[in-house]
Amino acid sequence: MIDQVISVSNETVVDETAKMKFEGYRFVTMSCFMLDETTVQLLYHFDKNLELRHLRFSVTLETLIPSISRVYSSAFLVENEIQDLFGVHFQGITVDYERTLYLDEEVKAPPFCGFTARKSAKGQHFNGKPSEG
Amino acid sequence: MAQTVIPFGPQHPVLPEPIHLKLSVEDEMITEAVPALGFVHRGLEKLIDFRDFHQMVQVVERICGICSVMHGMCYAQGIEETMRIEVPGRARFLRVIWAELHRMQSHLLWLGLFADSFGFESLFMEIWKIREKILDINEATAGNRIIVSVNVIGGVRRDLTQQQMGWILSELTGIERHMKRLETTLMDDYTIRKRIVGKGVLAQSQARDLGVVGPTLRASSVAQDVRQLGYAAYKELDFEPVIEKDGDCFARSRVRFREIFQSIDLVRQAVSKIPDGPLATKVKGRPDGETVCRVEQPRGEVFYYIKASGQKRLERLRIRTPTFANLPALIAMLPGMWLSDVPVVVLSIDPCISCTER
Repeated sequence: MIDQVISVSNETVVDETAKMKFEGYRFVTMSCFMLDETTVQLLYHFDKNLELRHLRFSVTLETLIPSISRVYSSAFLVENEIQDLFGVHFQGITVDYERTLYLDEEVKAPPFCGFTARKSAKGQHFNGKPSEG
Repeated sequence: MAQTVIPFGPQHPVLPEPIHLKLSVEDEMITEAVPALGFVHRGLEKLIDFRDFHQMVQVVERICGICSVMHGMCYAQGIEETMRIEVPGRARFLRVIWAELHRMQSHLLWLGLFADSFGFESLFMEIWKIREKILDINEATAGNRIIVSVNVIGGVRRDLTQQQMGWILSELTGIERHMKRLETTLMDDYTIRKRIVGKGVLAQSQARDLGVVGPTLRASSVAQDVRQLGYAAYKELDFEPVIEKDGDCFARSRVRFREIFQSIDLVRQAVSKIPDGPLATKVKGRPDGETVCRVEQPRGEVFYYIKASGQKRLERLRIRTPTFANLPALIAMLPGMWLSDVPVVVLSIDPCISCTER
């Protein structure tokens, strides 16, 4: 189970992260998951002397989330990854790959947003259209 | 001075896996390095939508071959914590034995590649010859050389007999002897030291700020090792984190070299203390809740975040591997280095790109 979870908001996450840095916490990583079709929940994980602490908040996909890479410079990589995989927008990442860290430019749908594989019926593509072959 | 941009990778003779670095150089000195990833991104975390939580053990083991056992162990521990499953004592010790064997083979693989990066091919072959003994142990006891697949939810699925454990210890004694013979070459050779001493220095404060983990962190004099949490049977074993002070490529290679001897000692301790008993606890029910779990892989701390909701498939599996944490430090180390030092500095963090990208 996870304990030491602090609820923050989109407006306070950078300040809370700066507090963590001031208290000597190491930035471990961020986790993201879909709450529903339009909302994600973000978890920021920090460590000090092998004890973890977490910040948690939820945002809609359209919300601009402030980057913490100016507080913890190593955060740029995971923020880019979450941008790619979930389609969220981080504002002010120190090195912004603009959704091309893992994905090619022609990929439009973030992989973790609403994609489900359906077993195709015979003679049909997975999206319901008839197969051409 | 005119600046030139030189691509390093994704195909490069010294890189075991594809990573691209855009290096800005002025007269062969690096001024900036920007990484590019995505060449081996497989989307393995997404497979939780299609595989149940038992099957995901086999998936996470295949994130990377050289960290395979620890991936399976960390995932299994996370699910066991969510479901409040108590792992039998024998299984905890067996997990330690397999994990330390895996750590040794990973460090030996890296040492060989590192030697190859500065052109010492005969040393590379000699070290990989030693590594073959560990792979032979894996094959004889688990059926496979690299991905041994011993972890299941609730314990392990393979046992070691007394005879096998005796044989493992005698093989490790041979490995220890062989490694001691190589120590002078690896650590005291003038040409090797010229290539790696003072290169890619990471100060202690920088290492902490950048969130570096594993041997890269311990080489900068930070005594942090996730095994100190006491997961599996580590709380019953005696060890201290191996640290070095200088934070350069030589210090990082020394940490890994010494950790091989530490792993041999840990296996000896585990074999002497392993209790009899069952190999696994029967798993009933499905996981529900969220948890984080960490394990010390050969490259450092691996972090698993698991979210379940009582279904057979998980809601979210988030994996942060140690190379993912160490890459920003690599970007900080490269400016100020000569172009010819780049392969040595890049390899000194022991990058595992298949782990990084999953």
